[in-house]
Amino acid sequence: MTAILSWFALALLTTASAGVLLSRNWRWTLVLLAILYVGVFIFVRLYWPLGMAAVKLIAGWIASTILGMTRLGVEPISEPVQESLPQGIPFRLLMAALVGVTVTAAAPHLSGLIPGIGLAESAASLLLIGLGLLSLGITSQPLQTTIGLLVVLAGFEILYAVVESSVLVAGLLAVVNLGLALTGAYSLLAGENRQSA
Amino acid sequence: MNAPLIWIGLPIFLAVILSFIPRPRLISRLSGVFALTLAGLAWIVPIDDVLSIGTISIKITSVFQFLGRQLVLGAPSRSVLVVFYGLSGLWFLGSNAAGVSRRLVPAGMAITALLIGALAVKPFLYAALFIETAILLAAPILIAPRQPAGRGVIRFVTYQTLAMPFILFAGWLLAGVETSPSDLALAKQSAALLGLGFAFLLAIFPLSTWMPMLSEEAPPYIFGFLQWILPTTSLIFGLGFFDRYAWLRQAELLPQVLRMAGFLMLITGGIWAAFEKRLERILAYTSITETGCVLLALSLGMDKTQLIFLFFVPRSFGLAVWTLGLSTIKDQVKSLDFIAVQGLARRYPLAVSAILAAQFSACGIPLLAGFPPRLALWETLAETSLIAALWFGIGLLGIFLGAVRSLTALVTSVELTYWQSQEDWSQRLLLGAGIAMLFLLGLLPQIIQPLLVTFPSMFEQLSG
Repeated sequence: MTAILSWFALALLTTASAGVLLSRNWRWTLVLLAILYVGVFIFVRLYWPLGMAAVKLIAGWIASTILGMTRLGVEPISEPVQESLPQGIPFRLLMAALVGVTVTAAAPHLSGLIPGIGLAESAASLLLIGLGLLSLGITSQPLQTTIGLLVVLAGFEILYAVVESSVLVAGLLAVVNLGLALTGAYSLLAGENRQSA
Repeated sequence: MNAPLIWIGLPIFLAVILSFIPRPRLISRLSGVFALTLAGLAWIVPIDDVLSIGTISIKITSVFQFLGRQLVLGAPSRSVLVVFYGLSGLWFLGSNAAGVSRRLVPAGMAITALLIGALAVKPFLYAALFIETAILLAAPILIAPRQPAGRGVIRFVTYQTLAMPFILFAGWLLAGVETSPSDLALAKQSAALLGLGFAFLLAIFPLSTWMPMLSEEAPPYIFGFLQWILPTTSLIFGLGFFDRYAWLRQAELLPQVLRMAGFLMLITGGIWAAFEKRLERILAYTSITETGCVLLALSLGMDKTQLIFLFFVPRSFGLAVWTLGLSTIKDQVKSLDFIAVQGLARRYPLAVSAILAAQFSACGIPLLAGFPPRLALWETLAETSLIAALWFGIGLLGIFLGAVRSLTALVTSVELTYWQSQEDWSQRLLLGAGIAMLFLLGLLPQIIQPLLVTFPSMFEQLSG
């Protein structure tokens, strides 16, 4: 049953994280981010008690909500954006596929390195870290950068939940997630302040 | 009474209160006095010992239980508390003159407390989480008022956040190395991850690109405060790893890696500072070279950790004086490039003197605060390798050239302007005191010795 749940969660995370990378509509991106945290919760629940695992889910959802509510009230900045890399869907798909191939190759090694971690968890964490880093590499916009960082951290949290079950760490990681969302929200509003000033 | 509650809990509580006070001058003075009081308390009051005042006996305990873990501020931490709160207090007192007290002080107080928390938490590995929380608190105050978040701030948050997972995971691997020291592959993996984590955290070349960008976007005084407190905490945190893991401090490759990273930072920062045309970017490059100097000091061996601590206080004073000077002139000119600031020395003589004194101090000119630590480092480097000493000189020469170019730009006047001081009285007072302090630390470096001598006692193994 646990194995089925793990592979289901991996499928969910793959879909959601790829969607976060490919989507150009911020509403869809944030919905997919919230779904991504369900997958993270399923993985973390395998190693942590329900109460502690739920912290990840709730913190992730609150982070998505903070970003969504802030973005809702902000007009997009009309300044030309300097992007150094191609931004099209085909390029992103290709890069995501490359990350997928790398993860497929690296996940079994990670399973060997960390005692007790399953292949699905290894693959899920590496996939999130890879796609999050990819997202960070191709944008410099506050919202996308914040989402990219949240995705990277989500991947790390799956990995770290296997080796560390401290309440303090769970609490501080939740604070970091929420802090990132608030920083992202502030960054979005900072641009808006200038427009209305 | 409990030390972590006094030096971590109380400042965070005060930070919340301060954020509701609308008067900038009051915020600046209140926080300055409070931080200096905390520093004074740490200097005078013993921890874990009974202090008798007349009939009253007080004992401050060092341990505070927090979510199943401990925050420990024992007697060896007192010097850190004195330095952190003492210097933060001075930064806060100067914040009003820099025009940023409402932005800097509440967040700055909480950041200082969180970074003390980072050094107090047990297991010490969790410090990465406290540092990350402090960084997230710092990000909003770095965004200039009425300006969109620039790429520098975004990159700062990104790079500093990426440090945390690397360090936490490396810490877990290091524990594995401790139980099976013969596993060389595991040792290499953990060392590589740890190195990457600290490369992000300390903005080691080439991960320092955000610094010049951020220096252009952020208010100079806030940038300076963070450039002092964040690397200092990260370096102390890094020393904790060497203290904890014997195999790490005895690793053969470690001095070479640290030396290479240090020289890369010193030389690249120096070269860029020499060719840079913007005053605030020169500050950023110089800050990179300062971290490079500390890494070089670290590469000289764990028996020379005292050299590292020599840099802490002059760095803080140098940055404070430099950024206060920049803040004073920033609002008067369109930008801080050499053309825009030409001749400002005639209108803002003290601010310009402060900028130049701090710049010359950073390149180790005699009689200034930066001279004693650089001389000590240069001398020790020369004992190990003359080529290393030569490269060190090249790095310092780059900063010196940047300082000379700044001097030329600031004193060259295109039109006839009479000398007059347009700084207000508080700026004059603070800038004058800051310049005097730079000279005092250069002439009498031993005045901070009582503080620094107890620093290594924080580290059981490194203190020898």
